[in-house]
Amino acid sequence: MRLLIIEDDRDAADYLVKAFREVGHVADHAADGDDGMSMALDGQYDVLIVDRMLPKRDGLSVIGTLRTKGVETPVLILSALGQVDDRVKGLRAGGDDYLPKPYSFSELLARVEVLARRRSGRGEETVYRVGDLELDRLSHRVTRGESEIVLQPREFRLLEYLMKHGGQVVTRTMLLENVWDYHFDPQTNVIDVHMSRLRSKIDKGFARPLLHTVRGAGYVIREPK
Amino acid sequence: MSPSDIVLSGANGTPAGLNGGDPAAAGVGPARHADEKKSRMGAVGKLLRTTAFKLSLIYLTVFALFAAVLIGYFAWSTSRLITQQITETIDAEINGLTELYTQGGIRRLVLLVDARSRRPSSNLYLVTTPTGEGVAGNVGTLQPGVLEQSGPVETAYRRLDEAEDTEHHALVRVVRLSGGFRLLVGRDLEERERLHDIIIAAARWSIAVVVVLGLLGGFFVTRRVLKRIDAMTGTTRTIMQGDLTGRLPIAGTGDELDRLADNLNAMLERIEALLHGLKEVSDNIAHDLRTPLTRLRNRAEEALRTASAEGDYRAALENVLEESDGLIRTFNALLMIARAESGEVGQDTTEFDAGEIVHDVADLYEPLADDNGLKLEVDVQGTMSMKGNRELISQALANLIDNAIKYAAPAHAAAALVPAAGNDGPHAASAAETGPAAITVSAKAEASRVLLTVADCGPGIPTAERARVVERFVRLEQSRSLPGAGLGLSLAAAVARLHHGELRLEDNAPGLRAVLVLPRT
Repeated sequence: MRLLIIEDDRDAADYLVKAFREVGHVADHAADGDDGMSMALDGQYDVLIVDRMLPKRDGLSVIGTLRTKGVETPVLILSALGQVDDRVKGLRAGGDDYLPKPYSFSELLARVEVLARRRSGRGEETVYRVGDLELDRLSHRVTRGESEIVLQPREFRLLEYLMKHGGQVVTRTMLLENVWDYHFDPQTNVIDVHMSRLRSKIDKGFARPLLHTVRGAGYVIREPK
Repeated sequence: MSPSDIVLSGANGTPAGLNGGDPAAAGVGPARHADEKKSRMGAVGKLLRTTAFKLSLIYLTVFALFAAVLIGYFAWSTSRLITQQITETIDAEINGLTELYTQGGIRRLVLLVDARSRRPSSNLYLVTTPTGEGVAGNVGTLQPGVLEQSGPVETAYRRLDEAEDTEHHALVRVVRLSGGFRLLVGRDLEERERLHDIIIAAARWSIAVVVVLGLLGGFFVTRRVLKRIDAMTGTTRTIMQGDLTGRLPIAGTGDELDRLADNLNAMLERIEALLHGLKEVSDNIAHDLRTPLTRLRNRAEEALRTASAEGDYRAALENVLEESDGLIRTFNALLMIARAESGEVGQDTTEFDAGEIVHDVADLYEPLADDNGLKLEVDVQGTMSMKGNRELISQALANLIDNAIKYAAPAHAAAALVPAAGNDGPHAASAAETGPAAITVSAKAEASRVLLTVADCGPGIPTAERARVVERFVRLEQSRSLPGAGLGLSLAAAVARLHHGELRLEDNAPGLRAVLVLPRT
């Protein structure tokens, strides 16, 4: 995966470039809005990571210009302004995801990977499959092997989101944002409780678990190797 | 100069800036005397410069002009009336005399005119021959050419029996009689002139009185206004010195100055509250962020000092990460509260169903409650639309439910009750015996507001402590052992205030009932 990081803080940028390389991605760095824009226009990137406050050209203006020029590369906005209003503004300007600073790298990585995959066009399938687990989005039926699993509506949406991003790490915040549409911190780890319930429904009694906890990051649903 | 000096000079009606800059002001006699004089002149000057005085001047001018016009019109119309009366008298006299002439000829006319002329303060009479020589009458001299005029005309004249240099004015009319004789009848205008003089004098006096009274009134009104403004200025000065407890004086008359003072006082109230909040925030940040920061630092230091294997470092670093995540969380919550309190997040307002929010948030927390041995019940009847920030209201509700779960969970509730052994004890015990205690989350719509309630059967909050727990970072002694930064209730309260509502903490007997009272629009 090729990434472009447009960030004026040298330290933060170096840290990100290094961290992405360690997990096997290629990351370029631009230090201001103008450079970032020309690089984004020239290069073939899978995801752009754009800081909101940049010298020369503001991050939102970079995104807006790229979008008007027909560049559809997914953009993740990084911002020190973490409030709801700022988030909405960023997404309206053409951003695809928004992460307030300070963030953890695992959160950023999970989000970037989801964005990149969305681009590679997995599309909106009607049936998601992970191993012998099947989720039919039209009939709202979930089966594992031969047996049907009965889920509450919220559990269904949780599993749907996990399976849509099957094989990818999904963080608690991502689940809260995408399944509940909340952008606040619920203080207690309510998501973990939901996940353990879901796990007991889809993995209990089966030899090979599909739902895994990724320490320090979140959850992933994948076929056991 | 100390603040009290400024208060004093301000109360004297002289802002410190006008004379207070002179360090000799409080010193020796003559200088002080001169200064007093100067300040008095300054006070008069200030009086003259006020809006109230300028307004009085404008009114005064308008009224004086109005009075002048009125009196002028009165004078003019009176004089016209008198002239008209005189003309009528003259005309009647002339008619009579002309008739006499046509009947009795010049001889009888001359005789009658002669007789009438001799009466004291009689009219003016003159009968002339066609060549202009006087035949009878009492007129000595006339302005030249008067005899040639035919209509009524004003002229200067002298009577026959008067000295050479006397001169009066009269209105006269001349008629040509058949045979070339001319008859002049006139009447003295002295009466009219005297009236004229009286009116002019009256006008002068009345305008003078209007001006004097107007000026006095203006001064009086201005002084009154100025006094109150000076009192306000004095107060604002003390406030500017940093004493925010000062309030503007209110006369109680409900006039525009009172309204202004009222509004300014309300503004001061708000500023004081905000500043107080700001101070509190910084105090709390200093106090409560230092603790975890110190812990963070200690962990890192300890790891450097004692760790020997990679596993130790790893554990220490993970610890540090966890600690910093907690810090970030606290920091975010603080920022959120600050923003909600300053009304900054108010733009993101949408219309939504309050019942749906209750269902959604309860749905998020239901498994957590269940894990803690609590039953989460939702009581929502029908839909209730309201306007507000959906995200913030959800968060406030989430905090209330989170708190309820934290403090009402059977394990914690029992533990918390040990030190606070009161009437609640038996209740909690019986609740624990009769199965899972319940938390009820409900939404109730009233005409203009929506009540979102989270009621638990936990230890509750003592009445005396209820106001305090809403403050940031306040955690009651019993709850120190539980995780949390003590910001949940403050955030909920801030969100309620942002929506012009309130957070009420009530007794659920047993337990706590937290009610978010939110206006629907």
